[in-house]
Amino acid sequence: MSDSTSSNTPAARKSTMRWIPLAIVAALGVLLFAGVLLSRNPNRDALPSPLIGKPAPAFRLPVLHEAGRLVTDKDLRGAPYLLNVWGSWCPACRDEHPVLTRFAETKRVRVIGFNWKDEHADALRWLEQFGNPYLMVLTDYDGKAAIDWGIYGAPETFLVDAGGTIRWKYVGPLTDEVIQNELLPKLAQIDAKSASL
Amino acid sequence: MRALLLALALMLSGAPAFAQVATDATPLRFTDTTEEKRFHTLVSELRCVMCQNQSLADSNAQIAVDLRREVLELMRQGKSDGEIKDFLVARYGEFVLYRPQVESKTWLLWFGPALVLLAGGIVVAGAVRRRSRPTGQDANERNEEQEW
Repeated sequence: MSDSTSSNTPAARKSTMRWIPLAIVAALGVLLFAGVLLSRNPNRDALPSPLIGKPAPAFRLPVLHEAGRLVTDKDLRGAPYLLNVWGSWCPACRDEHPVLTRFAETKRVRVIGFNWKDEHADALRWLEQFGNPYLMVLTDYDGKAAIDWGIYGAPETFLVDAGGTIRWKYVGPLTDEVIQNELLPKLAQIDAKSASL
Repeated sequence: MRALLLALALMLSGAPAFAQVATDATPLRFTDTTEEKRFHTLVSELRCVMCQNQSLADSNAQIAVDLRREVLELMRQGKSDGEIKDFLVARYGEFVLYRPQVESKTWLLWFGPALVLLAGGIVVAGAVRRRSRPTGQDANERNEEQEW
């Protein structure tokens, strides 16, 4: 067998063999290029939330500015709301603050604060110093409600529709581009859906 | 317990504010060694969501501390390891598992390395067979093959 095949194909085989190293290097190049392309997304570490399209988790949380008042997920139903996770200890929240304030002033949707793992006095001081963009601030100082929301870092932002379903989540500080390209279209989509019902 | 935490918090409030959040200083307490062992095995199989290259056991991120406490609490409620993992997957996604479930989406992840090994094996076997062939190759061809 070896005699018959090697007598007529060595030249052909040789020439294909010659290309193998080049093909390997080219494949590695493609792989590296794909890696570079993928890593250009600055938000590549953000985990996709499994909660999108699911009902917002049940909660019962104190309100920062009203001692003794507890608000539940059901109290917030009836209109969409944006839930923004922040803490006075979180530098990125400060970066996000002017963007969020500008958006809240448009009154497009209710903006609710989720004051996570903070201290009461620090949170109040932070809002006094930088301004309070929130309609209402819920507090979760032991971090138990945050686990139900799949929160793992601040800032994080959820969009919940009137029926209490989570429609969108953004991990990291909101920017004008994110609001323009992701949040506003999502809101328009929700409005269209509730109008058709 | 609350009073104790408050006292601790007050004691620690004088400390420099280098920590991101007020970390609670109470370490987890185990009732016995079996519980401790089970906790450590479970937690080392879960990935920290914040610092994505550490396990939940290794990480000192605030969220990891909270999640560890949650895991212990769920264990004490009598939840099985599988139920605890499902609890976390439902909130944080498959990402938290170091060993994701075998499903069509993760086939490449699970069997990819075996495929690469198989492909490599075939190439090596081919090369070995070619080289060890005693006849049918003239010296000229052998030289050419060694060119690269």
